[in-house]
Amino acid sequence: MTTISKVRYSRRSMLKAGSAAVAAAALPAPMVWGQETKNITLRQFGTGVSNLNDVALKVKEDLGFTLEMTALDSDSVTQRAATQPDSFDIADIEYWICKKVWPTGNLQAMDASKIAQYDNIAGTFRSGLLTPESTIAQGTAPHTVGFTTGVDGTEFVQEESGWMTLIPTIYNADTLGIRPDLIGRPISNWSELLNPEFKGKASILDISSIGIMDMALVVESMGEYTYPDKGNMTKEEIDLTLGIFTEAKKNGQFRAFWKSFDESVNLMASGEVVIQSMWSPAITAVRSQGIPCVYQPLEEGYRSWGGGLGLSASLSGMELDAAYEYINWYLSGWVGGYLMRQGYYSAVPSTSKEFMSEDEWGYWYEGKESKGEIVSPTGAKLAGPGEVRDGGSFLERMGSVVCWNSVMDENQYMVRKWNEFIAA
Amino acid sequence: MRNNSVIGWLLAAPLSLVLLIFLVAPIVMIVVVSFWGATEWSIYPAFLFDNYEFLLTSDVTYRVFFNTFKYALITWAFTLLIGFTVAYYLAFHIRSLTWQIALFLLCTIPFLTSNIIRMISWIPFLGRNGIANSTLISMGVIDEPLEWLLFSDFSVILAFVHLYTLFMVVPIFNTMMRIDKSLIEAAADAGATGWQTLWHVIIPLTKPGIMIGTIFVVALVMGDFITVRFMSGSQSANMGRLIQNDIALLQYPSASATAVILLITVLLLIGTLLRFVDIRKEL
Repeated sequence: MTTISKVRYSRRSMLKAGSAAVAAAALPAPMVWGQETKNITLRQFGTGVSNLNDVALKVKEDLGFTLEMTALDSDSVTQRAATQPDSFDIADIEYWICKKVWPTGNLQAMDASKIAQYDNIAGTFRSGLLTPESTIAQGTAPHTVGFTTGVDGTEFVQEESGWMTLIPTIYNADTLGIRPDLIGRPISNWSELLNPEFKGKASILDISSIGIMDMALVVESMGEYTYPDKGNMTKEEIDLTLGIFTEAKKNGQFRAFWKSFDESVNLMASGEVVIQSMWSPAITAVRSQGIPCVYQPLEEGYRSWGGGLGLSASLSGMELDAAYEYINWYLSGWVGGYLMRQGYYSAVPSTSKEFMSEDEWGYWYEGKESKGEIVSPTGAKLAGPGEVRDGGSFLERMGSVVCWNSVMDENQYMVRKWNEFIAA
Repeated sequence: MRNNSVIGWLLAAPLSLVLLIFLVAPIVMIVVVSFWGATEWSIYPAFLFDNYEFLLTSDVTYRVFFNTFKYALITWAFTLLIGFTVAYYLAFHIRSLTWQIALFLLCTIPFLTSNIIRMISWIPFLGRNGIANSTLISMGVIDEPLEWLLFSDFSVILAFVHLYTLFMVVPIFNTMMRIDKSLIEAAADAGATGWQTLWHVIIPLTKPGIMIGTIFVVALVMGDFITVRFMSGSQSANMGRLIQNDIALLQYPSASATAVILLITVLLLIGTLLRFVDIRKEL
């Protein structure tokens, strides 16, 4: 009987978490457990990509405490982290957002020595090097904003200091998504986004720090301009980039702009748009509706991003311990395997591997041909036997990254110009 | 005498306090912040004209202003036409009070669902492969799907008219119901045609209702951002969208400056409207 009531309780609180009701923290945790940690509720918020109710359910099962999740779009996430520090315990944010909000002091640094899997975290997040021979891509690379001086540090440091701003969890290489059935010819360059052939059928995302990088890749691919550093444009370069896109917008190139993940899925699935900036799980979502959609690798390379978990500065005592416990659990493989099966990369691949079948690991990570059916974590079919992941293996994909989502020195100017582009 | 004035003050105090805390104070705050400066992640007290300068010297602002007025004007015209017709039908063509009330309640049924849902449900309907296009194609009216049905000014205004017509129907219906029927009989006895009665008797007497409806619709359309965002696919902008973008990008002072300009504009507009009709007297 007690078991039943437990399940009911947790399910109800999960539903609440899902409905973005942070205020619902008042729901008393079930008292059937003896230990105090079981009464702890951690409030996590972040973008839709990794705020998954399945994770909250698994946390309840494995660790016993309650995780409340709120999913927001990237700009709202930034806004919340910067302005409402008491509204969350854990921030699931991207590294470029970290660059914006770290100086507010709303997050506290994490002691790397308490992170069990620290040594297994991918090189990209520590030294910045994917392999010892790699070059570091332009933009806000995670390792440049990943470390600070101490628990109260406000400055970023460029070496592994033992104090991390975010614990890396997830990253990926992004490119354009296309509808091969509606395009009917190979696409291999970023410049195709502005090809008049797709007039009224293209889209780009309305999140400035990400969108500007996609734009820069398009501008370079068109041969209009080569940036000395795409990740840190001058005012003139910002004007040039947005100028080209404003003109395209006025000529009716774009069908719509999207801001949240599900909007991009709807645009693509309904056929309103045939080529657009897209995120990996959005492709998965379109495909699981039985609609062909390809995450098209392009000659110029990928735009990459990384995300991680940050701790609210107000966390202390038992909640802080619980947060560390949660983060160690996060890196221990179950979540990593889940995310990898959606097409992301886990920051600790070695542990994720244990939670994936050999075929899944081969398909998603090693770029091998699938032996059986590849299904999403929710059970939808994504690929049949004998298929290969778009873009190939981890090293091929992450090795072709040319830039990271960025916050530039001229960010405020860029933001204003971006606003004008959207309003133009 | 003195006692009376104390009681008067006390009676007025609760409302004044509420207005002071929830209306005046926030507006004062917005005006103050509009002169502040902003960094990437914070705002700091200052007395700068930067925000206004950037706003008033950018031609995008003027285009957006124009767009805002365009949406308001077109939406107003359509909601007035439809709203007046519906109210007229309800007030003068339906004879029994029971039916009047029943039909009036019928008008409000769409409002039982959320504003956003009513708006978003247009998207699959108007889309490239949506119901509207596929019906027209199968009827042979068009060969190619109409692109301008969705993510265009057309879809924005369509959604506005759909959402806000009731705000026109209610006050107009209300004033029409107060018109003394003997005035219309008198007009008929004096030999006025139906149109003459409408133009010289009914419209002048319905003016306060029209004016209240106008204020509702204009204020709602000019302050809207979400309809414009969804129905234009983020491609068009009005003042509300500018404010929303600024807030999303943590540029609160700039958002406040835009809000102040918008507030002044709407107040001027409503002030002008109120000069035409003394609502207090007419009510």
